[in-house]
Amino acid sequence: MSNASLQLDAHGRLKHFLCIEGLNRQLLSEILDTAESFTGVTEQTVKKVPLLRGKTIVNLFFEASTRTRTTFELAAKRLSADVLNINITQSSTVKGETLLDTLRNLEAMHVDMFVVRHNDSGAAHFIASHVAPHTSVINAGDGRHSHPTQALLDVFTIRRTKGPDFGRLRVAIVGDILHSRVARSQIHALNLLNTGDIRIVAPRTLVPAHAESLGVHVYHDLEAGIEGADVIIMLRLQHERMQGALLPSEHEYYELFGVTEEKLAVARPDVTIMHPGPINRGVEMDSEVADGSRSVILEQVTHGIAVRMAVMSMAMHHHKERKA
Amino acid sequence: MNNIDDISGILDGMASELAELLKQAGRDNPAMVGIHTGGVWIAERLHRKLGLGDPLGSLDISFYRDDFTRIGMNPVVRPSQLPFSIDDRHIILVDDVLHTGRTIRAAMNELFDYGRPASILLVALVERDGRELPIQANVVGVHTRLSALQHIKLLGPEPLALEIKQGS
Repeated sequence: MSNASLQLDAHGRLKHFLCIEGLNRQLLSEILDTAESFTGVTEQTVKKVPLLRGKTIVNLFFEASTRTRTTFELAAKRLSADVLNINITQSSTVKGETLLDTLRNLEAMHVDMFVVRHNDSGAAHFIASHVAPHTSVINAGDGRHSHPTQALLDVFTIRRTKGPDFGRLRVAIVGDILHSRVARSQIHALNLLNTGDIRIVAPRTLVPAHAESLGVHVYHDLEAGIEGADVIIMLRLQHERMQGALLPSEHEYYELFGVTEEKLAVARPDVTIMHPGPINRGVEMDSEVADGSRSVILEQVTHGIAVRMAVMSMAMHHHKERKA
Repeated sequence: MNNIDDISGILDGMASELAELLKQAGRDNPAMVGIHTGGVWIAERLHRKLGLGDPLGSLDISFYRDDFTRIGMNPVVRPSQLPFSIDDRHIILVDDVLHTGRTIRAAMNELFDYGRPASILLVALVERDGRELPIQANVVGVHTRLSALQHIKLLGPEPLALEIKQGS
């Protein structure tokens, strides 16, 4: 079964949330609208709603990530679910337990939802195809494949900043596209929302083969790529890429692809600056850009909670079918 | 049953009854909150008639419903908006139809997540039978008795009309 059909129920609603592929625009908009309504929860004195009271959500992280795990945990807690964080790198695999054994043990504790992060592409899909029927799986990043909640919070941030008409927008994604699950998911989400012009800007060594087939324009020169851009999304440059001879040095990357206020002059004056974090200051961009008035990097973090609340509550509601 | 075609006349009666009730109880400077969607339509009109100082608040109780795991999420959930502090305020809660009482239970739970009001009054355009919780309205426009298969629904926002449907 494909990812796309696995994540939807018979009525076309979310059962799991594994990737952007296979969603239609209506469902994507519904998720963003639901996220919008959750943004108000932080204004309450009691910053939570009782929607998932009595549900148990397990954050199953096979790959370290403080930020993503924290926002998933906070999202679950603001929905009143009980949350358990399990860091597998330090736990059972060390003792030789297989992934399926780990899963069966947790299922025996009546878990309602798994949030999975894994360094293998397809891991969340594998788990979703093996869990008990009434358990949901949310993909919090799998290998180089997909990071769908990050892509959702990015388009949510763009929608809140630029309005709902993506057709008139030029969005440039700058950085290591080749190894980035974030970029892949962003491109799918931006295409689904009919974004006018999607550009990827990167050194030749960091662009996947046949990138144009994803529906993007490819640039190898920063200033040509961000010219007239409404939104610039920078990707984190992983330090380990420096060792694979893909890049000469961080300094040279910054010289050619690092975004500075000076280089931003070619973009639109109201350009929005985004980054999934954590930022390498002085590599992907300088501090003036990261902390400037056009940067929405911290809003992205805030929006990440509302978007994850939306996905969790929507995927959880397929549970009703067993009671009907 | 009253003539439910004259909603504007009903609203006039509700507004003066509410004003009298507030006066008697000495509840100065109350704030009004409507429940999505029909309750907000009624609240907008009462808010105008009473000339209240604070802007009207609105609640979407979808995240507080007790039947979420049975019937799932509403397709459209609007953010609740309370443009004033709830703490120590006299709140007038407005809905279109008071039926089982579950909506009001959810709305009060949500209100208390915003603060601790001094008091809450409940106003409903229509009160029908079928209560499942011990909740009653302080001001009611129309009292009606319907069979379990009948539904009453407020259509709007302009013009407002009440519709009785035979369910199945």
